[in-house]
Amino acid sequence: MARYLAERLLHSALILLVMSFIVYGLIGLMPGDPADLMISANPRMTSEDAARLRALYGLDQPIIERYGRWLRSALAGDLGYSRLHALPVINVLLPALANTAVLMGMSFALSIALALPAGFAAAARPYSRLDYTLNFIAFAGISVPSFWLALILIMIFAVALGWLPAGGMTIAGGFGDQVRHMILPVLSLTLASAGSQIRYARAAMIDTLRQDHIRTARAKGLSERRVVIAHALRNAMIPMITIIGLDFGYLFSGALVTETLFAYPGMGKLIFDSIMGNDFNLALVALLFATIVTLTGNVLADIGYVLLDPRISFRESEP
Amino acid sequence: MGGAIVLMVLALGSAAAPLIETSLAVDARAVDLLNRFAAPSAVHLLGTDELGRDVLARLLHGGRISLVVGLAAAVLSAIIGTAIGLVAGFYGGRLDSILMRFTDAIIALPLLPLLIVLAALDLEKLGVPPDLAASESIGLYRIIAIVSLVGWTTVARLVRGAALVLREQLFIQAARAQGAGNARIILVHILPNLATNIIVAATLAAGNMILLESVLSFLGLGIHPPVPSWGNLLNNAQELIWSRPALALYPGLLIFVTVISLNFLGDGLRDALDPRTIRR
Repeated sequence: MARYLAERLLHSALILLVMSFIVYGLIGLMPGDPADLMISANPRMTSEDAARLRALYGLDQPIIERYGRWLRSALAGDLGYSRLHALPVINVLLPALANTAVLMGMSFALSIALALPAGFAAAARPYSRLDYTLNFIAFAGISVPSFWLALILIMIFAVALGWLPAGGMTIAGGFGDQVRHMILPVLSLTLASAGSQIRYARAAMIDTLRQDHIRTARAKGLSERRVVIAHALRNAMIPMITIIGLDFGYLFSGALVTETLFAYPGMGKLIFDSIMGNDFNLALVALLFATIVTLTGNVLADIGYVLLDPRISFRESEP
Repeated sequence: MGGAIVLMVLALGSAAAPLIETSLAVDARAVDLLNRFAAPSAVHLLGTDELGRDVLARLLHGGRISLVVGLAAAVLSAIIGTAIGLVAGFYGGRLDSILMRFTDAIIALPLLPLLIVLAALDLEKLGVPPDLAASESIGLYRIIAIVSLVGWTTVARLVRGAALVLREQLFIQAARAQGAGNARIILVHILPNLATNIIVAATLAAGNMILLESVLSFLGLGIHPPVPSWGNLLNNAQELIWSRPALALYPGLLIFVTVISLNFLGDGLRDALDPRTIRR
């Protein structure tokens, strides 16, 4: 187990390293560079000044060298300054990370709490009216553009009814106000991710109910309810763990649009704003944090897999 | 099959956008500031937007862009995914594990933020001539290329899985015994057997591609106005949601209907083509 985990972590670290180089390179290809921004801010700057600035910040060096320097200082714990916020990147990042964790945690818990029972119920009576209805809802959840769903929710609850704010959460508002601001983002993220989870839960349960030990349980004369709950549930959960782990990352991406739309101060909005606002340091580090979150989700899914399924052991993957 | 019919109607409507425009005597780009936010009328069937442009005409033109992006990106991802999946599944071994590790790594990335970076890149820094980089059509090609970068992974995994099974079959052995080379076996014997899988995967991918395009355009990074796409129509509508909520309703509804039709179509095709599915 320890060895497998070490292997996985090494693999993830490798992906992260490659990713940091790719993103570093891509950000260099975006319009403008830090010196351009300073030049446009100061009309009296001559082209010699600009060249000196570029040399001062090392912008005239080849990309490999610049990346190497960034990597060394990042590994030493210096993630640089955010241009938009005029703060060390880490100080901007941590509150946003906390906000997103709250938002994602709530919608994640809610969507799983809705989707698993729904999917399992549909699978318990395949091709019934309930199954068709849930199937349609699941398809709708997969197919709806998440930002449009959020717009519709704003239209209903903020514009037409005036019950909830349309966005723009601040710390100054106090706890009650923050909760009111959370409802719509959580709701739209939940609805957007529940659809595919219902489909997977249904498929997992249907597969499980076809197996021999279920036939044995039925043959013993157990009630269908007991068969599903006591004998099939745990087995059906195994594939769900993988899906949930992968969804963790997707929810993070989905949170980008939702957060931007509701002006929710989380990681997604931070990434978007930093890319749009040429805040290179912040964009780079925030993107890498997002990658870490996704990779962590994958590793956790693998661990959960083994914990739930005694047939799989970590040793199998060793040579 | 309802999905297919809905898609045909949408595709026909979008394809006939210029015809519908002339028959109603409206123009998707004609600004009419005296006639802003007009209510639906005989001339403007769905009313006009904040610049007095005809909403229906813009929706139809937006549909052309969104559907073309979805279709082209689905075809492109099917080609990339099939190529990678075939090579990985057929040759197996080391090549297979490298290609699949790569695919898994792509799947494990936070894709939307990355796509945003890609969509924000300065094409001139990549050596594209300035006038070409500023043209309208490059925006279209670019968005197709960007969303395809995400779409191919599902196709690749599916094709690889199927190719792994196929290459062990007797008829492949027979072909090899007759002296067929690897290229011939892949192209003549394996590829045709994968056709249904690829079609199903591409149909489902098309829906995702349309969703992605709309997200990027909605964020202001995909198709840029004044060229309408369903995504950027929604971007406009967001600012007007307090005064004109109806403008936000139509484009999203069209995306929703298109994508759900594609998903139902893909699902239906899979059930119809897969003999293992139990039908009632």
